[in-house]
Amino acid sequence: MLLIRCPYCEEERPELEFRNAGEAHIVRSANIAGESEDDFEKYFFIRANPKGVIYERWRHIHGCARFFNAVRDTVTDKFVMTYKAGEPKPAKLPGASK
Amino acid sequence: MAKAAAKTNAASASVERRPALAGRALSAPGVKVEILPPAERISLRAPEASLAALSKGLGVTLPTKPKSSATKGGRTALWLGPDEWLIIDESGNDPLADCAKVSALHSAVGISHRNVAISVNGPAAAVTVNSGCPQDLSLEAFPVEAASRTILGKSEIVLLRTAADAFRVECWRSFSDYVFTFLSEAASDAAN
Amino acid sequence: MNAAFRIPGAGRLSQAKTASFSFDDKSYTGIEGDTLASALLANGVHLVGRSFKYHRPRGFLSAGAEEPNALVQIVRDDARKTPNVRATVQELYDGLTANSQNRWPSLAFDVGAVNDIASPLFSAGFYYKTFMWPKSAWKSLYEPKIRAAAGLGVSPDRPDPDHYAARYAHCEVLVLGGGAAGIAAALAAAETGVRVIIADEQAEFGGSLRFESGARIDGENGFAWAQGAIAKLKAMDNVRVLPRTTAFGYYAQNFVGLVERVSDHLKTPGRELARERLWQVRAGRVVLATGAIERHMVFADNDRPGIMLASAARTYLNHYGVAVGRNVGVYTANDSAYAAAIDLKKAGVNIAAIVDLRDNPSGSVIDEARGLGIEINFGRAVVRAGGKLRVSSMTVQPKNGGGERTVPVDAILMSAGWTPSVHLFSQSRGKVAFNEETRRFVPGTYAQDCVSVGACNGTDGLDATVEEAYAAGAKAAKDAGGKDSGIKAGKGTKPTVDAGESWSRGMLGAAPGAGAGTTVKAFVDFQNDVTAKDIRQAVHEGMHSIEHVKRFTTNGMATDQGKTSNMHGLAIAAETLDKPIPQVGLTTFRAPYTPVTFGSIVGHARGPLFDPTRRTATHGWAAAQGAVFEDVGQWKRAWYFPKAGEDMHAAVNRECVTVRKTAGLFDASTLGKIEVVGPDAAKFMELLYTNPWEKLEPGRCRYGIMLREDGFIYDDGVVGRLAPDRFHVTTTTGGAPRVMHHMEDYLQTEFPHLNVWLTSITEQWAVIAVQGPKSREIIAPLVEGIDMSDEALPHMSVREGKICGVPTRLFRMSFTGERGFEVNVPADYGEAVWEALWAEGQKHGATAYGTESMHVLRAEKGYIIVGQDTDGTVTPNDAGLDWAVGKKKTDFVGIRGMARADLVAKGRKQLVGLKTKDAKVVLEEGAQIVEDPKQAIPMKMIGHVTSSYWSENCGRSIALALVAGGRDKMGKTLYVPMPNGTIEVEVTGMVFVDEKGERLNG
Repeated sequence: MLLIRCPYCEEERPELEFRNAGEAHIVRSANIAGESEDDFEKYFFIRANPKGVIYERWRHIHGCARFFNAVRDTVTDKFVMTYKAGEPKPAKLPGASK
Repeated sequence: MAKAAAKTNAASASVERRPALAGRALSAPGVKVEILPPAERISLRAPEASLAALSKGLGVTLPTKPKSSATKGGRTALWLGPDEWLIIDESGNDPLADCAKVSALHSAVGISHRNVAISVNGPAAAVTVNSGCPQDLSLEAFPVEAASRTILGKSEIVLLRTAADAFRVECWRSFSDYVFTFLSEAASDAAN
Repeated sequence: MNAAFRIPGAGRLSQAKTASFSFDDKSYTGIEGDTLASALLANGVHLVGRSFKYHRPRGFLSAGAEEPNALVQIVRDDARKTPNVRATVQELYDGLTANSQNRWPSLAFDVGAVNDIASPLFSAGFYYKTFMWPKSAWKSLYEPKIRAAAGLGVSPDRPDPDHYAARYAHCEVLVLGGGAAGIAAALAAAETGVRVIIADEQAEFGGSLRFESGARIDGENGFAWAQGAIAKLKAMDNVRVLPRTTAFGYYAQNFVGLVERVSDHLKTPGRELARERLWQVRAGRVVLATGAIERHMVFADNDRPGIMLASAARTYLNHYGVAVGRNVGVYTANDSAYAAAIDLKKAGVNIAAIVDLRDNPSGSVIDEARGLGIEINFGRAVVRAGGKLRVSSMTVQPKNGGGERTVPVDAILMSAGWTPSVHLFSQSRGKVAFNEETRRFVPGTYAQDCVSVGACNGTDGLDATVEEAYAAGAKAAKDAGGKDSGIKAGKGTKPTVDAGESWSRGMLGAAPGAGAGTTVKAFVDFQNDVTAKDIRQAVHEGMHSIEHVKRFTTNGMATDQGKTSNMHGLAIAAETLDKPIPQVGLTTFRAPYTPVTFGSIVGHARGPLFDPTRRTATHGWAAAQGAVFEDVGQWKRAWYFPKAGEDMHAAVNRECVTVRKTAGLFDASTLGKIEVVGPDAAKFMELLYTNPWEKLEPGRCRYGIMLREDGFIYDDGVVGRLAPDRFHVTTTTGGAPRVMHHMEDYLQTEFPHLNVWLTSITEQWAVIAVQGPKSREIIAPLVEGIDMSDEALPHMSVREGKICGVPTRLFRMSFTGERGFEVNVPADYGEAVWEALWAEGQKHGATAYGTESMHVLRAEKGYIIVGQDTDGTVTPNDAGLDWAVGKKKTDFVGIRGMARADLVAKGRKQLVGLKTKDAKVVLEEGAQIVEDPKQAIPMKMIGHVTSSYWSENCGRSIALALVAGGRDKMGKTLYVPMPNGTIEVEVTGMVFVDEKGERLNG
C-alpha cells in the first residue's frame, strides 16, 4: 500500500484513503458546446498514458475529500510530488535532471 | 448531556426516537466499545473569510490545522478538510440554529441522525482501531484532540482522539452495525 | 518413555514435560518444545512424505521454514485439517494428530511411486509435451486426471471455524529475523527510544545460535544470550517482540506483511484467541536480518529419508537433544558440516566418514574432527545413496573417478555451503549482486529504506555480524527520526562476541557423478522434483533465460521459492549454457516467502464483516411483518411483503393493485440525497443537470437528469428547491456515492469559483413514500404546519413542517403515477413515523409494498430506472427524455458529448414499450429482439428487453426495451427468439396505465 502526501492534510496518508481520478491538466473548454468533434475527442477520449512521469488527479476521498494533483512515475510507481488542484503544472520536478 | 438533546426534540414529538444500536456495548480486556447517545451535529462548510464570524456564532474556534479539533462547552469542531468541519454538540444546543444567525457565507447542514458515535476506551483502544484503520495512531502522530476522516475496514469513519486511550468513532447510521461489530471483534484481540 | 534417539543431557528441552501425538495413526511421545519433526526424529521416524511428481519417499531435509519435503496434514477436527504444514516448523502439543500426504494407500507402499519408474515420461516440461493429442481428450481425460493427481494435501471441505485477527502497525525500525544480527540491531535501535518491532518465524529467538554450540556472547552461551536480550527488549515499552511471525511480503514504501501464528502451537487454542494475526507494518527503516540457508549436495538419490542438511542435524541435536542417526555419514564442500559431525560425535553418535569434495582444506574444525578420530576423505564425492525408505549407505568415489567404496550409514549430513536469504530484499525491489570470490548473491542496489545485516548480507562470522548489525540498528533508528543512541557516549549495550563460528564458500551445482552426461536423479529442488538432469535438458531444449528454465522445470516455483534450490539450479543452467552465473541472473523472488493462509489474508472480513450490511430505519418493522429482503448494493431492501399463503407473485399482484386502489407505504430511504447549499447553488445545478434550475421556485420540485461529459445518462432523481440557495437532490440508490464524487469533481476542479457546497444527507433522512388515491388522507392527520391542499401543495412540490411532531421535508411526488408523497423524517424517527402512518393507512386498507412492486408500478407508467433501462450508452433522447434537457442552456456536463455525430445519428436504440401478442407471456429481461425470426443464425439483433413484468393492474405482461429506431416502429411486430420458441411482440408507447396522468391528482 502506497503512502500518498495530501497537499491539504500536509502529510502522507495511506493509499486506502485515496482514489485515483485520471490524468490531470486537461482543460474543459469554457465554450464546450461549441467545440469541434476533433477537439472534443481530444478533450474527452485521448489520454497520454505515458511510460514514466505522469501528471494525474487523485482525491483524498476518505480523508479531507479534496481533489489534488500528483506527479507519479508509472515505471517505479513512486510519487514524485503532489500539489493542490488549480495550481499550475510544476515547471521543475524535484530530483529531476532535465 | 446528550439526554438533554434527545429531550428537547422529544418535547414536541408524538413518536419516539429510536437511535441505531442504542445501548450496545462490549467489554474486552483492555478496551470497552460502546454506542454513544445521540448528539446534535452539523456539517459546516465555509471559506476562510467566514471563519471568525462562524467561530463566534458557534462559541468554539474552528480549527484550521489539518487533523485537529477544538472543544468548548460540550461542542467540538473537527477539521475534516480545508473548508469542512464536523460540529458535534453534546450539550443539547442546536448548532444549526446558531449558524443560521451568522450572515457570513457558509453552508450548514443538519446531520444529527446521519451519524452514529461509538466510543473506544481503554489502554488497548488504539490497537483496536488500528485493526481496521491504516493511520499511525501513536500519540506523536495522532495526539489527543486529533481528528480525521479515514477508513475502518470497509467503512468510512471520522476518528477523534478524546484522550490518550480513548477515541470517538463516528460513522454513518447504516454502517454502524458493521463498525460496531468490527470494533467489537477487534477489541477481543487487541489486548494480545 | 524416552524415545530411542533422544540423547540424555543434550538439547535444551526439559525432558519432564512429555506430549503424546500421532503420525499416520501411530502414537508417539515427544516433549514440550519439540517440533513435530524433532519429535518424530526422536522416535527414529525419517520417512514422512512422498514427493510431488515421482512419489519418492522423503524425509526431513531441514529444521526450519525452508523445508521442502516434510509437508504434513495437521488434523484438529473435521473442519481443521491444515495441509502442507512444515513438520519442521509445527510445534508439538499434547494430542497433535498429523498425517502424511501424497501417498496411497500408505506412506511405505505408495501406488503413485510408479511415476518414479516411469519417470522418463515425466521429465522437464512433460506437461507441455505430453497432453497435446487428441485435443478432445484434454477436457474429458487429461485435465481431470491431472487435477486429481496434482497438488499436495487435501483442503478441508468445511468452513474454517477459526477466526483471524489483523492490525496495522507503525514503527521507526522493523527488524526481520531474530538471530544474533536481528537481536543486535533491535537492541541498538530500541535504545534510542524509537518504536521497534522485531519478528522471527521461530517460536524462540536465536536463529543459528540454536545450533552453533561454539558461540558465546557477553560471557554467555549464544542461545542463552539471545533469550536474555529478547527478555530485555520485551520489557521495553517501545519494542514489540513477535515470535512465530513470518515476514512474507515486502511491499512499496516499507510496507511489510507479517503473519503471526497465534495458536497453532496450543493444545486447546480457545475461542477467544485468533488462529493467526496479520500485521501490516509501515516502517521508517527495515533491518533485514534474515540469515542464510544451507545448501544440500546434488548427487544421485540425495533425497532418501535420512539425508539432511548438516545444520539441521546439528539443530536437532543441540536444541532438541535428538540424534538423527546412530551411524552418520557426512558429505560436504565446506567447513560447517564438520561442526555438526563434531557435535554428534561428542554426543556419542558414530560418524562413519566425512567425505569432503575439497582437495586439501585446512582449519581448526578439520583438526578437531581428526582429533576426535573421525575418518576424513578429501577430494572425494558421494556418487550415490543406497536405501529406499531410509538411506542405508553412501557410495564414495574419488571426485575425478576411480574405485568406489560403499559405506553403510543410517543418515547423511550434507553441506554445499550457505545461501544468503535475500528473498525479502529482492521483494523490496533491491538488486542483488554476485560476489565472484564467495560465489554468492548478496544485496547490491537498494530500492527502499532498508539495510541488510549478517549472513543475509554475506557477512561472515559472529563478531562481524554483531558489529555490523548493531551499527545498522543504531543508524536505522537515527535515520528514522530517533535520537542519538548512547553509543558514542559509551553507554550503549553493544554485545561483545567472545567466540563465534564462521564459514563461507562451498560449491554450487551438481556434484561429481551428477554432472553433464549423467541421468541420475540428483535433486536440485526437492519440493518440485527437479533434478540436475532436468535443468540441463531445459537448456538443451532451448530455454536460455533462467526465467524460462524456472518455468519449464518448475525449479524454485510454488511455496519453495528457491530457498534451497535456486543457486544450484542457476549454477547448472550457467554451466550448461557455458556462461558466468551473473550473466544468467537470478529469478525473481515472489511473495509470500512461505505460504500464507487465506484466513489471515481475509482477517476480520468474513461473515457479517465481509462487507457492511446497510439497513434502513424501518428494517425491524419490515422484518417483523415477514418482508422478504433483497440485496441492493450493500443495502437490504424489503422486496415484498407476503401474507400467509402468498407466493411472491401473489404478494406483488396484491401490493400493486392496492396501491392504485387505495394506497401503499414504501421505504425509499436508500435513495441518495445530497443537500446543495450556497448562493451559487442554482448555477451549479444548471451545470450538473440537463434541466434548467434558475427559475424553479422554492418549494417546487423537478425531475433532473445528470449526464457524463460523453452525453450518456449517468443518474436521475427528483430535486426539490427548499430555498433560493438550497436544493434537496435525490439520486438513485446505487448511484449515491458516485454521483456525489462526480459533483465534487466538477465543483472542486472545473467550477471552483462557485460558492456552493455539497453534503450527503442520505442517512440523515428516512424516506417513507405514501402513494395512492388515499395517500393524502393517510398523511394529513399527522402533519402540522403544511397546507395539504392541491392548490397549496401541487404535484412536484416540497414543504418543510412537522409530522408526528418531528421535522419533515414533505415532498409531493410520485414514482407510481398515483397521487403520492415522500415523507422525509430524521432517521432515528423513521420507524416510529412509519408506524404512525401505517396505523392511519390501516383505516383505508393501505398496503406496505416492496421494491418489486415499486418496479412494476413505475414500469406501468414508463418511468425509467437508470442502470436497468439505461446502460451507460443511452442519451436523454434515446430514453425519450428530450423534454428534460434545457434547450436554451449553453453549458452543462454532457452538452457537447450529447451532440456527437453518432449520438444524434438515425437508427439509435430508443426506449419503447413492448406488449407480447399473448398477454400471458412475460418476456425475459435481457432477451434479444429481431425483426425477422426466419433469418439465418446469427440473426441481426436490433435491441433487447430492459424491464419486463406481469402487471396485474393491466391484466397482462408489460415490458420496456431498447430497440434500434424504436420510436419509428410503433405498432410494428417484432420477435424475441427464445430457446422454447419465438415470442411475438408489438412496439408500443412506454406508458401502460393512465396515459394522460390524471391519477397524479386522483
